[in-house]
Amino acid sequence: MRTEIEGRDLVSLKGVHKAFGSFEVLRGVELGVAKGEVAAIIGPSGSGKSTILRTINGLTPVDHGVIQLGDITVTDPKVDKVALRHRVGMVFQQYNLFPHKTVLENVAMAPIQVLKEPRKDVEERARNLLAGMRLTEKALAYPGELSGGQQQRVAIARALCMQPEVILFDEVTAALDPEMVKEVLSAVRKVAEDGMTCILVTHEMRFAREAANRVFFTDKGVIVEQGEPKAFFANPQDPRTKEFLDKVL
Amino acid sequence: MLELFRQFALELKASGINLTILYDAFDFERFVSGLATTCALVVLCTFFSILIGAAGATVLGLSRGPAAMLVCAYVALIRNTPLLVQMYFFYFAVGSLMPVGQNAIGLPVPMIGNFTWAVIALSLYAGAFNVETFRSGIGAVHGSYEEAALALGYSRFKAFRYVVAPLGLRFSFASLANNLVDLTKATTVAYAIGVAELLYVSNQIWSDSLNTFEMMNVMLAIYLLLTGIVVWIIGRAQRAMRLPGFGVN
Repeated sequence: MRTEIEGRDLVSLKGVHKAFGSFEVLRGVELGVAKGEVAAIIGPSGSGKSTILRTINGLTPVDHGVIQLGDITVTDPKVDKVALRHRVGMVFQQYNLFPHKTVLENVAMAPIQVLKEPRKDVEERARNLLAGMRLTEKALAYPGELSGGQQQRVAIARALCMQPEVILFDEVTAALDPEMVKEVLSAVRKVAEDGMTCILVTHEMRFAREAANRVFFTDKGVIVEQGEPKAFFANPQDPRTKEFLDKVL
Repeated sequence: MLELFRQFALELKASGINLTILYDAFDFERFVSGLATTCALVVLCTFFSILIGAAGATVLGLSRGPAAMLVCAYVALIRNTPLLVQMYFFYFAVGSLMPVGQNAIGLPVPMIGNFTWAVIALSLYAGAFNVETFRSGIGAVHGSYEEAALALGYSRFKAFRYVVAPLGLRFSFASLANNLVDLTKATTVAYAIGVAELLYVSNQIWSDSLNTFEMMNVMLAIYLLLTGIVVWIIGRAQRAMRLPGFGVN
């Protein structure tokens, strides 16, 4: 079991604390993810899983602790937000596609408007990504005309179009019907297999076991246990992990 | 055709309904110029009040500082005082402080005429209501859309400009229609500072021709028609901006 954060980690959180009012959500989170790794964060509701993700791209500012993404110090108050969010993509539980933009515009608008890349290049890239998600014929549809699974695949393409180094997946299948969960998970797996560093918060234990290189278990605002998925699921060490896995498996 | 109209109006007059505006060229011209002035007031004040509303709602949407306090003070002041008092205030109080020019025979002529004051007073009046309309529309946009934009590297201002405001506008139409219908009717208050709009000229006509009853009916019908047109145009705009699967239709 890897206990200390190594220097080669692309993403690292050290002693991260965050309180909402008097409620301490994160109470000293230590987490490291290497380049190309697929990390799954699991744990009971309210244990701070989503908050951990949201601190990595700076959507939730932390109270103390240091978060490093490559050479960017996320927790630096003067951090360049555009540079940070160029390098970290995020996919949300509720997709959060922009309903007034077509699928193609959703995927292409941020690189054009934020990164100021030429429209032609971006749109070509966006079309390729949509093709990879088997959504070619939906390019000109509006998000409201798509199924939940299709919307979530558009959201993944939108994150990829920014050409990030890391993508954060926040319970991306939690709002989906069972038959759509599979298509989205295979899309996530494809992204991971293409070498993207992925950090995913998930309730899909089977997916965590099959697709992740490393599993983190959170409880009450700390990482209780982490390890290779096989060993982690077969032989959990901490009693809290055991109790949780007994409930969900 | 016109002659037929005139004949019909004269027959009506014989039967006791005296619509001078249909057969008397002088009354007809007065009436048309009054109607044109009313339409000009509606169009100009609609334009400026929407501009004021959008600017005010943008300030409220993006800042909590002194600018937002200023907008709140403006809205409170305008909403809580009578329109007629505001009109008098601008024309008599503020107007008396404005520079005065001279006409060809040396008589004093205010640089800002009563029509302009009416446009200013009515635009500020409807603008205050439009601020609240757009603010509530923007408030109805779920925070997850802004969050998705921020995660893609948008600044708060750009997220507002490209995502939150276009969606908020779609929640604003019903209330905006209310405000603009109210504005259309409120143009009659310009009568109080001598703007020769529809009510003003109608008063002149019924004073000369003693056809108060007929002119009152004409007035009601014309304002019904004008507000109907306003509602129809907003309905068209709303339908043109309808989004599939976005719940504000």
